[in-house]
Amino acid sequence: MANMCPYGRFTHAVVRGIPETFGKAAAAGGGCENGEVSVDLAKAQRQFGCLTGALRQKVGLQLIEIPPDPELPESWRIEDVAVIQGDTALITRPFKQQRRSEAEAVRRVISELNLTVVEMGAEEGDSGGATLEGSDVLFTGREFFVGISSHTNRRGAEVLADTFRDFAVSTVPVCGGARLKNICSMGGPDTIIICSSDGAKKTLRMMEQLTDHHYEVLTVPEESAANCVYIKGPSNRDFLLHRPAEECPESVSAFQKLQDYTLLPTACSEASKLGASLSSLCLLVNRKHTYF
Amino acid sequence: MTTEAGSETEVKEKAEESAAQPDPSEKAAEETREVENTEGEEKEKEKEKQKEGKEGKGISRYLPTWLKKQKSQSQTSPTKEVPPSEEAVNEVTQEEKGPAPEVNGHSEEVEEKEAVKSEQVTEKEAESHSNASADTEPAKEEKVEESPEKSPEEAKVRAEGEGAEKPKEVEGEEEGGGEGQTSIFQSPLRLVRKTKMKLVVCHVTLLDGTDFTCEVEKRAKGQYLFFKVCEHLNLLEKDYFGLTYTDSHEQMCWLDPTKEIKRQIRSNNWQFAFNVKFYPPDPSLLTEDITRYLLCLQLREDVASGRLPCSFVTHALLGSYTLQAEFGDYEPDQPRPLDYISQRTFAPNQNKEMEEKILELHKSHRGMTPAQADAQFLENAKKLSMYGVDLHHAKDSEGVDIMLGVCANGLLVYKDRLRINRFAWPKILKISYKRNNFYIKIRPGETEQFESTVGFKLQNHRSAKRLWKVCVENHSFFRLNAPEPPTTKARFLTLGSKFRYSGRTQAQSRMASSLIDRPAPKFERTSSKRISRSLDGAPVISITEAGRDMAENGRELHSDSKSPMRVHGDSIYVRHSNLMLEDHDKTQEEVLKHQASISQLKRSFMEAPPPSPPQPNQWEKRLTSSPATTIRIQQHQVVSQPQTEAAAADNTISDTKEPSKTTEVEIEETVVVQEVSKAPKPGLVKVTISSPAEQETREQEVKVGQEVAVAVEATAAKQPSVSSESESEEEAEYHPNVSVSISHTQIPEEKEEEEEQQKKEEDKPVEQDTSVPDAPSLPAAVSQPVEATSREEEEPRKENAGAEMKKKEEEKEGERETEESTDDPMVTPEEAPNGLTLPEESVTAPAQEEPKMNGEASLVEAEARPQVICCSEPPVVKTEMVTISDTFAAQKTEIATKEVPIVHTETKTITYEAAQLDGNGDGEPGVLMTAQTITSESLCTTTTTHITKTLKGGLSETRIEKRIVITGDCDIDHDEALAQAIKEAKEQHPDMSVTRVVVHKETELAEEED
Repeated sequence: MANMCPYGRFTHAVVRGIPETFGKAAAAGGGCENGEVSVDLAKAQRQFGCLTGALRQKVGLQLIEIPPDPELPESWRIEDVAVIQGDTALITRPFKQQRRSEAEAVRRVISELNLTVVEMGAEEGDSGGATLEGSDVLFTGREFFVGISSHTNRRGAEVLADTFRDFAVSTVPVCGGARLKNICSMGGPDTIIICSSDGAKKTLRMMEQLTDHHYEVLTVPEESAANCVYIKGPSNRDFLLHRPAEECPESVSAFQKLQDYTLLPTACSEASKLGASLSSLCLLVNRKHTYF
Repeated sequence: MTTEAGSETEVKEKAEESAAQPDPSEKAAEETREVENTEGEEKEKEKEKQKEGKEGKGISRYLPTWLKKQKSQSQTSPTKEVPPSEEAVNEVTQEEKGPAPEVNGHSEEVEEKEAVKSEQVTEKEAESHSNASADTEPAKEEKVEESPEKSPEEAKVRAEGEGAEKPKEVEGEEEGGGEGQTSIFQSPLRLVRKTKMKLVVCHVTLLDGTDFTCEVEKRAKGQYLFFKVCEHLNLLEKDYFGLTYTDSHEQMCWLDPTKEIKRQIRSNNWQFAFNVKFYPPDPSLLTEDITRYLLCLQLREDVASGRLPCSFVTHALLGSYTLQAEFGDYEPDQPRPLDYISQRTFAPNQNKEMEEKILELHKSHRGMTPAQADAQFLENAKKLSMYGVDLHHAKDSEGVDIMLGVCANGLLVYKDRLRINRFAWPKILKISYKRNNFYIKIRPGETEQFESTVGFKLQNHRSAKRLWKVCVENHSFFRLNAPEPPTTKARFLTLGSKFRYSGRTQAQSRMASSLIDRPAPKFERTSSKRISRSLDGAPVISITEAGRDMAENGRELHSDSKSPMRVHGDSIYVRHSNLMLEDHDKTQEEVLKHQASISQLKRSFMEAPPPSPPQPNQWEKRLTSSPATTIRIQQHQVVSQPQTEAAAADNTISDTKEPSKTTEVEIEETVVVQEVSKAPKPGLVKVTISSPAEQETREQEVKVGQEVAVAVEATAAKQPSVSSESESEEEAEYHPNVSVSISHTQIPEEKEEEEEQQKKEEDKPVEQDTSVPDAPSLPAAVSQPVEATSREEEEPRKENAGAEMKKKEEEKEGERETEESTDDPMVTPEEAPNGLTLPEESVTAPAQEEPKMNGEASLVEAEARPQVICCSEPPVVKTEMVTISDTFAAQKTEIATKEVPIVHTETKTITYEAAQLDGNGDGEPGVLMTAQTITSESLCTTTTTHITKTLKGGLSETRIEKRIVITGDCDIDHDEALAQAIKEAKEQHPDMSVTRVVVHKETELAEEED
């Protein structure tokens, strides 16, 4: 489709700062997966700074930073709140009720970027019960895979499919309480990086079964390494933000296989303690959308 | 019309049958008779066309009037048509029998006519009869299609249209013998029958929303109507399209071209719609803009109706391209803007915002031509995930509502909008339905051990069957090289539908359309009636334009039709080849390419090889690859392959997905054929033709056409009668993978089945091979010996066909296949050099010019073929005559050392004798030119070559004798070594031809080849 160009071209990144309440959400929300985790706020903020710095200075994206909101302890996981493809942004409905107000600021920014905003929550009747989080959505440039996980359900995927009608939207199972993007991510226009766990393999098999396209698969031994951020920067170079060697010692060598890439090791240890990863921290937008 | 010979005979037989029971009351026989008659009539028609060709468009023009007076037809027509000419007479005699029964059959309908006809029968009226029918046909056509004013042009159009399809029709006729056989090509000529049959008016809604009205006989088959429509649209790439009707249950169904319309629609509502049936995955590969335009129209409707969902932006973008295509550049001055946009439907829920967006985008398309805009439209549309997906409601095994989508790649399962599963064609082993259940059997995955069957419930058995049919057709169209013959013997005992896709596959269609060489037809773009600029006259105009174009072509065609050779073939090829002849601008290479591709296609036609999975790509590759490449590859293989294998290779090859392989075999045989034909009639073609190459192309095509026809017939024979299929059938199966299978293990089975066929085919080529080379240089003398040898060879070959050999070969082939795949890339780059060498050759060896001109392909093949022969029977000491018109420096490289199959230790002694070369030899008589040692990396083979050139008197004939001894212990492919030696020899003496090859092979190992 018109919107269908090779994956990875972005001009803007939208991020949201780490609030002081970072890591408190679990406790507040009660009974969450990361209830007992202790995180280092300062470190998290430093890491966040590194990430944004890399995006802006190394990759060359325009960075839009939404100030943190202490009221919204998880608002830094901005990827969950919207799914952006081309000039359309779907504001999602996160699984946790208390996260749904995170969308407001994001919606504003997205509108300023002149993206068409599609609301998922607007039609309560239609999409009632639908939940969708961006970290369960893998867009490959050709199609969407939606991981049916603890946070995203089939109804949510349907809304997504309805929003991005040009693309095939396939649902794949995500095992073990993880998110789809915890186990895989795009490593290039036709490359999927995926970890070698059994659950991931199962998911990958399903993706391969469902797709009409052929993707290269880069398998990494550690789950933490599977989440990367690939961007074809304004300079037309391939950038890959990945976790540094300290966080995934066995997988770094795998990234070397990517030819002519500029590898940007970016730490994300604190956020990952909360089940997030690199891609969770940013929304990527391509404003230079050209029709051919 | 000697060309018709094949079909005529058929007709004759049938005619005789029918004649035997001329009882008018016999309704039972009526059907069969009809078929026969139609055939006869078709021929008549052809005849008529020919006449037209000769006489100009004259006769047909007048026909309309007769048509109106049906009674007088038969009488009048004879008189006018008396001049028909000898051919006509011949045909007539044959046809005579056919028509007679026909009269009876139709007697009820037109009594008066009957009387007339009976008279005719008694007399020698055959002519008149045939003529009459033929004449009437055109008349009707005109009536239906066009307004009287245009009659002159119409005549042209008609003539042309018919001409264009004529070859096809011929095929159709041949098949027609089997009634209901699948050929798509069945002729529109059925028209002839009209006079005797009741006519029905069909309304066909075209893609632009206009109505096309057409009269057909009540018993006409689907394809008749379809062809009429295509003719009206001036559409050549028809294979992507089809006609639909709405059945009694309000379901849209595809009209089966091979069955009578009446039986399908089962109502009096002769209302149809012309639609895209197979959405080409890459529309840019379509040849003609008009085809793309029609596809655009379909897609616009799909998009506007919501059948093809797309996003807001996409709607806007597609809409803007539509505007650009239909209105040209955005002109701010004109007050059209939003009004006219809002009158049109671009999307299901179109709003102002979208319209503004459309306008905005439209502005950005400035300068884009309509064709470009259409192309852009398609480029975008084809990427939509639901592009070309035919959705069917169903329930899964748990009763959950789902949608099954059939598309080019396979079967998709959707729940709501989500894709929840997908079965690519290669994964599907069997498709079947039983009552309202639809099943697919899935090939076990890598980790799984067992096949699994997935079942879906459809609303009722009709929908199950419809889905099944769509699957069968889509699979065939997109995955197969050639339509699968309907059934195997086993099937005869089973119940159920024997339905198979009868049309051309995408591969075939692409091949055919790659040959389209007409000036781009003009047409008016209107997306719907509503849009009016050209509304009133649009259809008419387009027709006339088409008519003109066609008229031109038509003239060309006529000449073709006279040539005996042409008639047999598929019309399209013939026709275009003809055009090619007149196109002097074409480079030889182009011609060659065509040639090669044609031959490939034909081969695939003939052998209906199992599809290779990556087919589309394969085709693309093939199309783009030059003949040289393919040839080369072929050589390798051939060299190393025993003969039987070669034959087997045909099947296996396609399986292997290896374009190269398939190509190889195909080219070989075709070329051979071509040359053979040439030999007998050297002078035949040259008339119009400037370059021999072109000439050959034509011949080749023709020949190939014949082959195809034959193949088709064979298929037809296998086919169970279509009539057996009916809605009442509640189950049917389809094994896509039988043909699709790529695995080597399956090869053996197939071989066995096709063993006979293969043998035949092999034999044929062999004979030809041997004779071929001779033709150019010394036609008379050489050819005889050659034949003798060929005969000898045949026997051994058959022996070889034995299971043992096959196994070996299979294994070998398996290896080779794998090897080849790696080789391919390497080979390709070498194309160029090869092509370059050609000219040299031609210069040096004038006598051989013709063959050379034919193309590298043919040359190479000639070589390859003989080599194959030599090596095919390892243990046997054979002597063969092989004449090779050779030449090429680059060939050495062609032999990929990689390809060497593993051969256990054996010793072959190969003796080549090259004799009777044409004179440009550079060597001195009686001089030992070279002692050569060939050592190739993996082969420890020593080759010693003695070359003796003898200069004969004034002729300056040079004779070279080479003795090559290849000795090796293990891992040597002697065949290859041999081939290489030959090639090297040729390289050294490009201007020479190999006339004799003696192979003496000693094998010491018990298990010689593996």
